[in-house]
Amino acid sequence: MAEVHSIPLIRLFDNLIVSIQVELSDAIIERLMAQITAKIESTNVSGLILDFSGAYMMDSHITRRVHDIAMTARIMGVDTVVCGLRAAVVITLTEMGLSMPGVVTALNLERALELLVFKNLSDRRAPSQALAGEGERTDAPGPERETPGLHEPHR
Amino acid sequence: MNPTDKAEHRDATLVLITQEDDVITARNLGRDICHDLGFTEVAQVKVVTAISELARNILKYAGKGQIALRRLPGEREGIEVIASDQGPGIADVELVLSPRYRSKTGMGVGLRGSRRLMDHFEVNSRAGSGTTVVLRKYRF
Repeated sequence: MAEVHSIPLIRLFDNLIVSIQVELSDAIIERLMAQITAKIESTNVSGLILDFSGAYMMDSHITRRVHDIAMTARIMGVDTVVCGLRAAVVITLTEMGLSMPGVVTALNLERALELLVFKNLSDRRAPSQALAGEGERTDAPGPERETPGLHEPHR
Repeated sequence: MNPTDKAEHRDATLVLITQEDDVITARNLGRDICHDLGFTEVAQVKVVTAISELARNILKYAGKGQIALRRLPGEREGIEVIASDQGPGIADVELVLSPRYRSKTGMGVGLRGSRRLMDHFEVNSRAGSGTTVVLRKYRF
């Protein structure tokens, strides 16, 4: 297994900013989940920004894990914004019928910071039900999967 | 990359898929071919994502297999991706490809997703005899 690059977690005022500028692998995603949750636990942040402007591609598994990170942070009480998703990535995910239900998204880092600073997140959240499409989330069963908004609607 | 993981076979490049790093190797080779073909960024990302989905399916359901990538010659240039394994196979391909299909394992997301991303899609599989998926995407 290749060595996993460390992704810096930057604390800016009350927010934790994570900018992904490397090719996403499962190892990196799992490490991010561990690093981010540990940092949230040990520091007093109120917001988290996940910036994917440097991510060339995201497949269904990576998308699901990014969604999991955002949801985990939110359940820990940290407002989370995913930003910087490239057009080609979003077009690809949309055509596959995937989305990140319930996750707040922003065009770029600046817009994401604006959302967290002014805290008008509630109406920016992607609908929990309507857009989930085919994003089956059944490969990691657990009680939290039963929470409305964390999985796709059954048609 | 370990040179034994990548062997020239006729005009195709084979990537053995046995661990997650191999998924990345297959993605990168696909990206290089698409780039050489002059694919748009959107088309490149679609092909690379489809390769990733199929490679993951191999790891998840068969444990190991291979991805063959080749440039399609002739008037209609493009890329061909053949993912094959000797795993348990799919008992009912039509069912798995149906948008209404829901499995406990998430089987079908990658297969249906890669079908939507590519121009050509065929899957040959029977329970007990492995799975072969052929994808093609053309430049125009």
